[in-house]
Amino acid sequence: MLLRAKSPCDLSYADVTPKSVYLNRRKFLQAAGLAGASILAGRGLWELAEPSVPAFAGTKLSVSSKSPFSTTEKQNTYDDVTHYNNYYEFGVDKTEPAKNAGSLKTYPWTVSIEGEVKNPRKISIDEIVKLAPLEERIYRHRCVEAWSIVVPWIGYSFSEILKIAQPTPKARYVAFESFYDPREMPLAKYAGIDFPYVEGLRLDEAMNPLTLLCVGMYGETLANQDGAPVRITIPWKYGFKSAKSLIKIRLTKDEPPTTWSRLAPNEYGFYANVNPHVDHPRWSQARERRLGEFFKRDTLMFNGYSDQVASLYNGMDLKKYF
Amino acid sequence: MRRLLTSQWTKALVFVFCLLPLALLGWAALHNGLTANPIEYITHTTGDWTLRLIVITLAITPLRKIVGQPDLIRFRRMVGLFAFFYGCLHFTTYIWLDKFFDLRDMWKDIAKRPFITVGFLAFVLMIPLAFTSTAGWIRRLGGKNWQTLHRLIYVTAIAGVIHYYWLVKSAVIRPLTYAAIVAVLLLWRIADRLRPKAGAVKELPAKSDPQKVQA
Repeated sequence: MLLRAKSPCDLSYADVTPKSVYLNRRKFLQAAGLAGASILAGRGLWELAEPSVPAFAGTKLSVSSKSPFSTTEKQNTYDDVTHYNNYYEFGVDKTEPAKNAGSLKTYPWTVSIEGEVKNPRKISIDEIVKLAPLEERIYRHRCVEAWSIVVPWIGYSFSEILKIAQPTPKARYVAFESFYDPREMPLAKYAGIDFPYVEGLRLDEAMNPLTLLCVGMYGETLANQDGAPVRITIPWKYGFKSAKSLIKIRLTKDEPPTTWSRLAPNEYGFYANVNPHVDHPRWSQARERRLGEFFKRDTLMFNGYSDQVASLYNGMDLKKYF
Repeated sequence: MRRLLTSQWTKALVFVFCLLPLALLGWAALHNGLTANPIEYITHTTGDWTLRLIVITLAITPLRKIVGQPDLIRFRRMVGLFAFFYGCLHFTTYIWLDKFFDLRDMWKDIAKRPFITVGFLAFVLMIPLAFTSTAGWIRRLGGKNWQTLHRLIYVTAIAGVIHYYWLVKSAVIRPLTYAAIVAVLLLWRIADRLRPKAGAVKELPAKSDPQKVQA
């Protein structure tokens, strides 16, 4: 397979964001007045996503294609998805990240790709957003706490990153690390877990086209509390696997430690596949409450993505590897 | 101070204060303030207030002795009954909004999940206390028996804290804060019992006077 990064010159910012959309943003016009040249050079977009704009403000992203992986289920509202979050660095109550995540500086932003790769590199958010055509993927998202939402994410398959990085033959896992700075996240010390937040996937899971490198939602850049500027989204696993605000992607030989499993290995496993037949020790996983619905609904195996991912686990005892 | 504590108005004020959490919940419901997951929010809020009011009832006896204001006892029954009231709301949200009155599912939950088991225990133990909270029942049972029965509130408090502790994923600071307060309030009682009451005439709770019954 030919693994070659698309030259950054192949796309301009006009491809990412239609000028008509962002030109009418007052902030853009102000910035343009001050530093038009640098914006034309490609800095504008992510500067607009900076959190001097409130935590839930976004910059429009244009999407080149709809995805066959998208569900047709009713989407949750933007308000739900931005005001009911688990992002413990910004407080442990669901409503706290919306209030506190504004302190996260999402530009400039660099993600380091390292470990068992032929091509280790640091890649800026500007490059990330142009690396592959952006798709809208409307995914079900099932939290381990037995609630769920439907979100129109924007991004592309994570495998595009691996094409650039070129894993060595030794690479068997991918480790993710989220940004952590106690100065921007003063509430993190009360969360009861160690930061930075770390997660991981088996390499074949990471290669699965459903695994999304996500830079936006609802047609815009991500809100800070939803993991701006770039996160991973793995729709067949419990939400805690989908690490937010990534700064490091490391290919490894061995299974990497993961935050929740390190904290309570009997409750949270490395795999954390959505599975109605394997309960959390303290509560049932058979049903879930879709936000906005009164009655609980049945939880589906692999969150309804069995066709795409069940084969990854052939022959595995999913009660043991929960 | 005595006049203030014995005034009917103070009692009315405490009553209103105890209803405030429910009023705020109603206000939030009307103004889209119950978060994206209203059922969870209602469950957590009613649970929080059950535990808080239990802690307040447990604090009344130490407080009245420490600050020398025995009249504080006048509020204990009311606060205790409000703790039971919020406990009922909490249990109702669980069995109605979470289990949709599926009793079999509920029993399975109670048997299988320790945090539900202890929560249910804490709730069930409050029922006889609420039922026998009247002056008539104190008379019928006799002050001593009544007092012994009402020590069940200690078990409820401990079970309530464990219920909370087992519920949270990682942020144990809040349940541990409750645990610390309950521990202090219970240890104070032990210390109070062990302390030699120098020269004091032992005060026997009169069967007919609920005001003198202490726990």
